[in-house]
Amino acid sequence: MQAFTQHTGIVAPMDRANVDTDAIIPKQFLKSIKRTGFGPNAFDDWRYLDKGGPDIDNATRRPNPDFVLNQPPFDKATILVARENFGCGSSREHAVWALEDFGFRAVLAPSFADIFFNNSFKNGLLPIVLDAEIIYAIFKAVTQKPGFEITIDLQSQTITMEGHTPVKFEVDAFRKHCLLHGLDDIALTLQHADEISAYEKKRSQQAPWLFS
Amino acid sequence: MSAKTLYDKLWDAHVVRSEDDGTALLYIDRHLVHEVTSPQAFEGLRIAGRKPWRADSVMAVPDHNVPTTDRSAGIEDPVARLQVQTLDNNCQEFGLNEFVMSDIRQGIVHVIGPEQGATLPGMTVVCGDSHTSTHGAFGALAFGIGTSEVEHVLATQCLLQNKSKNMLVSVDGKAADGVTAKDIVLAVIGKIGTAGGTGYAIEFGGEAIHALSMEGRMTVCNMAIEAGARAGMVAADATTIDYVKGRPYAPKAELWDQAVAEWQDLHSDSGAKFDKEIHLDAAAIRPQVTWGTSPEMVVAIDDVVPDPDQESDSVKAEGMRKALAYMDLKAGTPIKDIAVDKVFIGSCTNSRIEDLRAAAKVAAGKQVAANVKLEMVVPGSGLVKQQAEKEGLDKVFLAAGFEWREPGCSMCLAMNADRLEPGERCASTSNRNFEGRQGAGGRTHLVSPALAAAAAIAGHFADID
Repeated sequence: MQAFTQHTGIVAPMDRANVDTDAIIPKQFLKSIKRTGFGPNAFDDWRYLDKGGPDIDNATRRPNPDFVLNQPPFDKATILVARENFGCGSSREHAVWALEDFGFRAVLAPSFADIFFNNSFKNGLLPIVLDAEIIYAIFKAVTQKPGFEITIDLQSQTITMEGHTPVKFEVDAFRKHCLLHGLDDIALTLQHADEISAYEKKRSQQAPWLFS
Repeated sequence: MSAKTLYDKLWDAHVVRSEDDGTALLYIDRHLVHEVTSPQAFEGLRIAGRKPWRADSVMAVPDHNVPTTDRSAGIEDPVARLQVQTLDNNCQEFGLNEFVMSDIRQGIVHVIGPEQGATLPGMTVVCGDSHTSTHGAFGALAFGIGTSEVEHVLATQCLLQNKSKNMLVSVDGKAADGVTAKDIVLAVIGKIGTAGGTGYAIEFGGEAIHALSMEGRMTVCNMAIEAGARAGMVAADATTIDYVKGRPYAPKAELWDQAVAEWQDLHSDSGAKFDKEIHLDAAAIRPQVTWGTSPEMVVAIDDVVPDPDQESDSVKAEGMRKALAYMDLKAGTPIKDIAVDKVFIGSCTNSRIEDLRAAAKVAAGKQVAANVKLEMVVPGSGLVKQQAEKEGLDKVFLAAGFEWREPGCSMCLAMNADRLEPGERCASTSNRNFEGRQGAGGRTHLVSPALAAAAAIAGHFADID
């Protein structure tokens, strides 16, 4: 996993609540058996005016000029700001892979859907929950000055941006640790293999039908 | 000992260890696997040289990509075929139990787990699919996970989790005749919103929930995720135990008696504290139809499409306007005046035998309307299909003009050939009405199986007699 320490980048505004994972990466791209290559089809239905699919070359398609991520400087954005309940719907981790492959390192929203939130941390994409007023201020700044940049520092859990006092954000200690160091959490869990085996031994006596 | 909720009990029974920050390593009893969210997880295992921790905990099945028409020639789409073959190969390589496409037991993962008795009360159940909440109907803790977590469970049998808060959704009193589990859960989502359950595990209780069959409870828990909650659950009772008894993977003989004794405790203690309690009056719930692009955008069959100008929250009002534009609907239009192009009866929400019976009852002796281009019935599994055929339901549907298909996820998410064309409107028994969910540009209205059948017959939304 790609580590996340500090990041400065352009913020793209996605002024919608309930952006679902079907919108982030439509189903026809989920047939891939790889983790990479989803970026060109992130937000496919909104991003292109014609139909897309795994066998269609995106270079031959008509981009939707009204879609924010097709407009410079937002096509180079690395931070996405959105409204409530971002990432709702399907558990597809492909949504996170698509955002990352597009170039995003962080998503800022007043709230996230749980599975998307979890999936993000497993892939070095930092989801940050911020008060609605701060989200509002970021939307305003980005609208007034396209190309507006912010800096996210994970160690100090701080966001800095021009014209605003630094903003603190919350992140679980364990997730922060893994993200800062880009750690493989399977290896960390396997350090407790003895405890898992001990649990199984005890549980199989209490509830043997779960192990038969 | 202090009073515990059902969720507290399930959680406590599965904690292997706790970290200082409250994160727990949670043990997983049952891991359901399908072809879409697993290939990258198996690849991860291979790259790291890891093996499944407990192969016998896994049950795998292809469901999202499989065709619902004649399968004798295999899957036509080469990309979909490769994904299903990849699942077959991975299951062989790692020694995992899989019901392949030609197996009579194949079906939608959330239908076959319970059908086989692989989902048991008191278990933790996970799957790389958000509708895993379905299995909570058995008094189990069941939730959807991403592909990295699929790999984590395969490798360690555990997941790192933060405990959710407790929510009780109590549906009090008796529901009126003709009001189904689907109507109840859509009404719940309409009340609390699609993010109302975010951060919570929801226990569904109250007289109207306990009166439901297991099929009905599965429908309700299935859509907990549409209210934002990863897990939904219902206390285990006699209905649960009767359903599980005798199923292929259920415990037998002495183990059965021992299990049943243990399952008596799978309910919230009286006096248990919930962080949030929601009450609905079952008698006030009418058959539901969604009008927008989020499951919370729902009204009753005899209502009209709502007006964004009446919404005080500006973000919500804007969302409503976008939804009306996408759905090509005008505020104030009676729901019953909306004509449909296609009808889909199926999905992990509503493809079980009881759902097919309810739809067949409405369709019996009638004919589908001329303006409806396609009416599909897609059973949840090969065994559901077999049972329905034994009862003659296939003949009822075929005589009325419906198509009778092979089992799979089908047009719930349109990964296979079953989909809406741009602008087409569908009465669907599935769970998501997001933009493009059933095909790019398609317009989905979520309803119960009875209402879907009624729409097929009338050509527009209609109440059942």
